Amino acid sequence: MNRLISIAISVLFCSALLLGQQDWIRTGTGLGVEKVRLAVPDFKATTPAPQTSSLQKVFDDTLFYDLDHAGIFDMVSKSFMPTQAPGAPPEVNLTQWSSPPPNAAMLAFGNLGVTGTNLMVQGWLYDVKNTANPQVLGKQYTEGASEQAARSIAHKFADEIIFRLGGGINGIAETKIVFVSSRSGHKEIWEMDYDGGNQHQLTHLGSIALSPRISPDGSRVAFSGMTKSGWEILMYSQDLGRLVHFPNVGGSNFTPAWSPDGTHLAFSSSRTGDPEIYVTDSDGAGLKRLTVHPGPDVAPVWNPKTGGQIAWAERSLSTRLPQICIMEADGTNQQHVTDEGFAVSPSWSPNGQFLAFSWMRHFGPGEPGAQDIYVMDVTTHTWAQLTHGEGRNDFPSWSPDSRHLVFQSSRSGQEEIWTMLADGTQQQQLTTSGSNYEPNWSWK
Amino acid sequence: MISRASPLARFFSREDEVKHSTQKWITLVFALSMVLTLGACKKKVAPPPPPPPPPPAAPTASLTANPSTIEKGQSTTLTWETQNATDVSIDGIGSVQPNGNQSVSPTDSTTYHLVAKGAGGSQEATARVTVTQPPPPQPQPTATEEELFNQNVKDIYFDYDKYDIRADQQTAAQGDAAFLKQHPNVKVTIEGHCDERGSTEYNLALGDNRANAAKNALVQAGIPADSIKTISYGKEKPFCTDHNEQCWQQNRRAHFVYQK
Repeated sequence: MNRLISIAISVLFCSALLLGQQDWIRTGTGLGVEKVRLAVPDFKATTPAPQTSSLQKVFDDTLFYDLDHAGIFDMVSKSFMPTQAPGAPPEVNLTQWSSPPPNAAMLAFGNLGVTGTNLMVQGWLYDVKNTANPQVLGKQYTEGASEQAARSIAHKFADEIIFRLGGGINGIAETKIVFVSSRSGHKEIWEMDYDGGNQHQLTHLGSIALSPRISPDGSRVAFSGMTKSGWEILMYSQDLGRLVHFPNVGGSNFTPAWSPDGTHLAFSSSRTGDPEIYVTDSDGAGLKRLTVHPGPDVAPVWNPKTGGQIAWAERSLSTRLPQICIMEADGTNQQHVTDEGFAVSPSWSPNGQFLAFSWMRHFGPGEPGAQDIYVMDVTTHTWAQLTHGEGRNDFPSWSPDSRHLVFQSSRSGQEEIWTMLADGTQQQQLTTSGSNYEPNWSWK
Repeated sequence: MISRASPLARFFSREDEVKHSTQKWITLVFALSMVLTLGACKKKVAPPPPPPPPPPAAPTASLTANPSTIEKGQSTTLTWETQNATDVSIDGIGSVQPNGNQSVSPTDSTTYHLVAKGAGGSQEATARVTVTQPPPPQPQPTATEEELFNQNVKDIYFDYDKYDIRADQQTAAQGDAAFLKQHPNVKVTIEGHCDERGSTEYNLALGDNRANAAKNALVQAGIPADSIKTISYGKEKPFCTDHNEQCWQQNRRAHFVYQK
């Protein structure tokens, strides 16, 4: 089963990319990929306390959202479900779920209750067609009763289900997104859950903070901030809740990027008077220059699978517009992977296969060109377009499961953070307060 | 009598009080005894036992400063007068004449302390000189230089996604260099700006190239590199927020800022 789904995921992406030269691609049933049909009825309340019902709604909504947005499930509409939802294994009628109208392959169900100050949740995953031995998963969670706990438990249970049914790839329901928000009056670094919940401010520079990049272990956020001495790479510690030292190498310093093992940072520095890509140890020591090229060199990103290559945006001397380039991590073998239009903001998929970037393909006098998110296969350079002219779309960043992208779009009238599946479907707005920019998805 | 009157006259003469302070006491005693002796002769009365000599007069002293309040760097005149003193000194100045004046320019508020000592004791006098900080330097010259800067130094404008100084901007660049040559003390910050199109991160790098292109033009014209700072704002601080080419051109520039 797992292998089948794993292959299906590969087929999904390959099919999408084979059709890359088209302007619009769709994956799913039309491409012969069958998603697992999953039924997730509301959990059953085991305690009558008034608090239970509000926490139950938060839990049910969060669990359904997580599984619906996982990209690997065909969710059974709640209107197709039996009116009596099971709260525990003895209450499950397998045939009722496996036959139409729900016609489910899998069933996630359970119960929750508030006892004292604790929220207790029991959840099961059943393979409803395996009548002899249906249980795939059974979990129990207890946390202090709060909305945050209800969300947290739902995320954990969702990730357990996604791990088991999603080809052994960890779910992303517990991941974070760091981003830039101007809602405080200055551009500062903020953080939120992957679904847009729990938005909170990290930095208080009072000037301009840009380009946040969370470290592979999640403990730090490197970003570019304007200080009295100019643009510096700054380092925020999640553990300490404040900035920690990172040396200033001089010039303007932009767009830090973590190596996948967390030991190195790449960034753009104009210390020579021209922005070039440099690499240092994660403490700022051992500065080494990688590019020697007049004009902007900016926005490096490591191949997160191998750590052996770096992609970045460079103003091409031939097109005189920025293009996406790839080089070895030691600076050798530099080559363009785009050669037309205006291409910036590369993000490398965690599985190493794809580059996502922002591209104005048709760009030039008389061709204003829409700015959209594209995905390119690193090996074949075939590409697929994921957004289609709705506002300006920029700064894609891959989720750790390589199935999702978070990005910045102006389609709602101002810059906001959106997510979508890596095939361009399920585009979803995460922020609505103020203007929000430059999202970066955590590594796990 | 002349010879006797003379010491008396001298005793009351102010000029020689100090020089002959020892001598004058001897003279005084002598003169008084002579008067008493002569009087006794005239009256032909048996002389009474001689009275004890009067105690020496206590010294007097005064000290003034005029003016008593000065600005730092200015001077004031200390004037002092003493009587019956043999040893006069002022703290911080040392021994001085019994009467006199001296110009002083203390850097901080000071209390001058005079001690006059004589056979009759000692007397002190003080004078306070208050020193005020001078008013801050007149902003006039700086403002003028900044005004001149703002009148004469022109921003340099760029083409889309370019950072080379185009032909029609060379005049502005040369004018900027000429002004800075005439005002070698002026320091300048060059801000690199971009229009709203493109991408935040790429535009920051492009703005950096624009600021440095303008700096290089000045350095090549002979302006010292260390008097020029550069900073890129990318598209973070636009001059104009409309969405058309006229506005975008306003935002594609190297902006010169007088560095205070």
